[in-house]
This record gives sequence, structure tokens and C-alpha cells, in this order.
Amino acid sequence: MKITEIAQEEYITGSLSCAGCAELLAVRLALKVLGNRVVLIVPAGCMSTVNCYYPQLPFRVPMFVGPFAATGAILSGVSAGFRMRGIKDVHVVGLAGDGGTADIGLASLSQAIVGRRKFIYICLDNEAYMNTGIQWSSTTPYGAITTTTPLPEIVRESEQNKKDLFSIVIAHRIPYAATACPSYPFDYMEKVKRAAATDGPSFIHVLTPCQSGWGFPSSKTIAMGKMAVESGMWHLCEYRDGKLSFSYVPKNKIPVADYVKIQTRFRRMKPEHIDRLQKLVDERLQAMQEMISEPAEVAP
Amino acid sequence: MGEKKFITGDEAVAYAVKLARVKVVSAYPITPQTPIVERIAKFIADGELEADYIRVESEHSAMAGCLGACMAGVRSFTASASHGLAYMHEMLSYVAGGRFPIVLAVANRSIGPPWSIWGEQQDSIQQRDTGFIQLYVESAQEAFDTVLQAFKIAENPEVFTPVMVCLDGFHVSHTEELVEIPDQAEIDRFLPPFTPNALLNPDEPMSLTMGASDRLYTKWRYEQFQAIQAAAKVIEAVDKEYGKLFVRSYGGLVDAYRCKGADVIVVTMGGLATGAAKEAADALRKAGIKAGVLKVRAFRPFPAEAVRKHLASAKQVIVIDRDCSYGYEGALCSEVKAALCGLQPCPQVTNFIGGIGGADITPVDVQVLVKKVIKTAPHKPGGIVFQYQEEK
Repeated sequence: MKITEIAQEEYITGSLSCAGCAELLAVRLALKVLGNRVVLIVPAGCMSTVNCYYPQLPFRVPMFVGPFAATGAILSGVSAGFRMRGIKDVHVVGLAGDGGTADIGLASLSQAIVGRRKFIYICLDNEAYMNTGIQWSSTTPYGAITTTTPLPEIVRESEQNKKDLFSIVIAHRIPYAATACPSYPFDYMEKVKRAAATDGPSFIHVLTPCQSGWGFPSSKTIAMGKMAVESGMWHLCEYRDGKLSFSYVPKNKIPVADYVKIQTRFRRMKPEHIDRLQKLVDERLQAMQEMISEPAEVAP
Repeated sequence: MGEKKFITGDEAVAYAVKLARVKVVSAYPITPQTPIVERIAKFIADGELEADYIRVESEHSAMAGCLGACMAGVRSFTASASHGLAYMHEMLSYVAGGRFPIVLAVANRSIGPPWSIWGEQQDSIQQRDTGFIQLYVESAQEAFDTVLQAFKIAENPEVFTPVMVCLDGFHVSHTEELVEIPDQAEIDRFLPPFTPNALLNPDEPMSLTMGASDRLYTKWRYEQFQAIQAAAKVIEAVDKEYGKLFVRSYGGLVDAYRCKGADVIVVTMGGLATGAAKEAADALRKAGIKAGVLKVRAFRPFPAEAVRKHLASAKQVIVIDRDCSYGYEGALCSEVKAALCGLQPCPQVTNFIGGIGGADITPVDVQVLVKKVIKTAPHKPGGIVFQYQEEK
């Protein structure tokens, strides 16, 4: 995709999101790819609470603020309804946060993928319940302070890095899934395009740096997303036809410590915690490489 | 011409769903509603019903699937009971608050612990304030007829409110009866194709829900309040219209049985209590006791005026509750008392809490109860009789 191919049209204008909000950018870019033949299901989260308070309704496409746990099921329902009416040219899209996807909405998403109806599920992952004031979610990285993980002791206790939502999703043998970050807009938009062209469910897990929740200047959103990828805290990959692949591999990997030290949410981490996080990140990368390079078993 | 089938209440509901030409069914199994969604799945598999069947992972998602379908512009249906209905609770408020005209069948069942699959009405009573219209039926035939009526009530532009059709678990859901089923053309004359009130339509982009200020929120709730009040007349009109087309009607909001000139009237909901009370009333009348039965068909909107009218001249009123609002009394009893408030003279009200956890209420039970109440009154104020005997 070239920069000249990006649509001029805006489908979300007048949003009340914070300055430097990566979620808003992710939604804006996705809608540029999808156009206006789209309906949005938006559960509780920044996208709905910040953007859907009457009369400030910035979406210029049909949307519905759904219950927190129900996004997957509503997508299935809308998709089924459109199918029964013979409507084929409308994208049914869910825009849910990390809590709405990896925590409370996981069962609903799982069954929706199993149900195989056509929809695009975009998970906007800012790594905590930001809209309610920065509470821990299962995608919060190891060592991050939130209002429900305020103490260093708690940081030490939570030994696991963020929940591997993407692996859970691809374990469903979903027709199309990808991870992305709006700091890499062409990669992201290409993935939205591929999701839209998929016959069946598709899922895009987007890392959306949050200046308020992570603690960095609002001018640094794009840089923060790039550092997440370059440090291995986030990967850009794709799952198509049952195969996992990296869509971008950083040439010069940076240490996790560089990423951690510029965000106030990691301020309580001691050197041993950072070492621990680096180890978790390295292990995750190795596991992914094994998944990718594992040769197909050939029957004798 | 229609046909007569020997089927259970659950199957009768499934036949009604088929004839309503429902386009999306989103469902999760739970006893005793499961035969409803099994039968519908078979209708679809056999090509008798053209619909998309969403097999969900929970009752919460079952209602969410219906909601999605409704916003996509098609008629949708689901069924539940007991713990499943409790799990659906958030969605019930959501579809009622959003004014989505979905029909939900509930095969009434107890809620554990202690664990029990058997019948009572606690499950739907707990959902009283979600904003659903609640209709309670007495028989498989009434279940069939009421599901069809429910779609017409829910989709009335003055109402646009979801409807819960409640049938007693097992006593109605699993009991076979001869049910008259009109043919498709006749039903089509009664129930027109679905016209949605709120659509996810790219040609007319709208936000279907939103955050609202206190003022707008209150306006929204006031309109909901008015719509459910208005539903009372619509329920009556739809039942009358149905009666004209198919001979059967059920009194709209209440069904008064031998209430005229009755000294003692038993107030009931659903099949088990109503059936027992009606038989008891016949026997009591033969024995010279002027007894009647008032079946409350619509619990929401509550027909306070009709209840008051029918009970005004009775000396004694006995309200049978297959539920309990713990810390007070049966939920139906509270509503009946409120409806009678201010009457001079006011009938004395006794609350009977029984038929729970699948316990039977027999015509003899009701007769004994009526006789006991007549004997003790007017010396003792009406109290609560719990259907329970301490084991010796």
C-alpha cells in the first residue's frame, strides 16, 4: 500500500479522545480502509465512553455501544441477520479493548470464531482498563503499575507477562488473524484489507500505546509503538491459511530496558524485574519462532 | 386449515417460532427449555424453517446474538430458564432499555442451591424489573398462541419492548397436550413481516446507543415506562384479534374464572397453580363455597385495574406464589395487595408460597387452603402460608 492510496475520507471526526491516542488512530485508519459500508459494535471501553456521549457522536458510520462481554455474540448476530437479508457488502466490525476482549469478552469472541460467520474483530490493546482509570487487565505487561497493581510487591508477584491473546485466537484455526500497531500504518492497513477480504471471521490485535496510562508525552505515541516492536514487547505477525509468519522483523533489536525506562508505568521496576521481563520477552520470541519454523509433519 | 398435534409446551413454542418465520435463533441449552431449541434446530435442519441458528457459549451471548440480529433487521428468538436466565440478566436490561422487540421463552425453573431442575417461577420473577413484558401461560396451547401474540405485541410501534413468555417447567414445558396449529397462511395474516425500529444501516448511519445526560437518560426511561404502560392495551387488543382469527383468546391481561359473586378468589400465574385452583373452585362451588380463580397472565405490565375490579367484591383473596421475595413475601402477593390498596372494604389477603422446587400443588391442596382461610377469618389477619411440613 502506498501513501497516495490512503482514502481522504474521514469516518470519525470530533472525537474527545486524549491527544496522542493510538486507539483513535487505529480506528481512523481502519475506517479509511473499510470505507462507509461498515457497521461497528463497540463495547464499553475508551472508544465508546469517550466517543459516544450524546450529542458528541464522532462516528459517521452506524455504530452500537454494546454490553462489555457480548461483542463476539453481537457480531455473530448482526452477521447472521445480514446473511438472512442477503446483505453482502457491509463489513461487520467489532472495536473492543483489551479488557473487553482478553478478559470479559473472551468466551463470546471464542464462540463467535467457532461459529465462522463473517466479521472483523479489532482488539485495541492499550494494556489496561484505561477508560476506568488504569486498572490491571490480563494484557498488562509484567512490571507495569496500574491502580490495582500499585505496589512493587505486587509487581514481583505477577510473574507472567501479558496474556497471549493472539495464540488463543489462532488456536481456533481462524481464517485470518494478525497483530499490528498504528506506528506501522501500512502494515496495519494492509492487514485490515486482508481481514475485510476474508470469508469468515478475522481478528486483528492492535497494540495502541496510551500516553495517559503508560506515562509518556503525547507527542511520542508513534515512537512508543515502534519501540515496543523493536524491543520485542510486541510483534507484527500474521496468521493465514493455518500458517503463522512475521510481517516485520526489527533489524536492530533494542533492550527491553530502553523501552521500560521511558514510561512511568514501569517506574517501580528494579533491575532484577527488568531482567525478568527481558527473559519473558526472549522466551516469547523463541516460542513464536518455533511455531513458525516448525516443519509440517509428513506421514511415513 | 391447520392441524392438531399431540405435543409438549416446549414443542408448541418451537412450532410458534417456526410459524412466526423467525430468521435468527441464538440459543444455549438448559433444562427445561432445551426441547424448544432442539426442535427449532430440527426445523432448520429439515428445511422447514429458513433461519440462521447461532450456537452460543452462554445465555448472555444467546440474547446478544438476538440483539445483533434485531439490529440487522430480522426477527429473532431465544429461550432460557433458571440459572441461564440469571446469566442473561444484563442482556435483558440491555435489549429492553434499547427497545429491541425480541421474544424470549422461559420454561420456569428453580434456582440453586440447593440444585433443582424442577419448576417454580423464581427465575422470571427475579427478572421483573429488567423492562421486559412478562406473560405467563397455562397450557401448551396457550404457550403456542402466546408466543405468536408476543411477536405482535413486541413489534407494535407503540410498544417496541421485548416479551418474555413464561411456561411452567415440566408441568407445561414437558406435558403433552393436543395443540391446534393453524397453517402458515393463516398465521401470516395475523403476524406481518418484521419491521425493525432501529437498524444498523450504512445508508442511514446512526448511533443506536449512546451515553446520555441525566435529562436525556430520564426522557429515555420515561418513554420506556410509557411504552410498557401502553402495552397493556396492545396485549388485550392482540389477544382479541387472535381470538377472532383462531377462536382462542385468553382474556388479555387476566383470566377471571368463576370470579363473579365469589367470596374467595385464588390468584395464580402459570399452569400448575391455575389448573389446580380452577379444579378446586369447581369442587368448592359444588360444596356451596363461592370460590373463583383470577389468573394473572401479564405480570408486566401489571394489570392493577383488572385485578382490583375482579377482586373488589371478594371477602378473601389467596395469592399463590411459586416464588418468594426473601425478607417479605411472594412477589405476586405484593402486587395484588398494592392493587387492592384503598378499597373499602378491602378483601383480606393470604399468601400461599408453594409449588417451588417442583413441588406439586393439587386441587385438594387448594381446597384445604381455602377452607382453612375461611375458617380462621376474620379473626386472624391474612398471613403467609408456606407449603412446608417439618419432617418428624
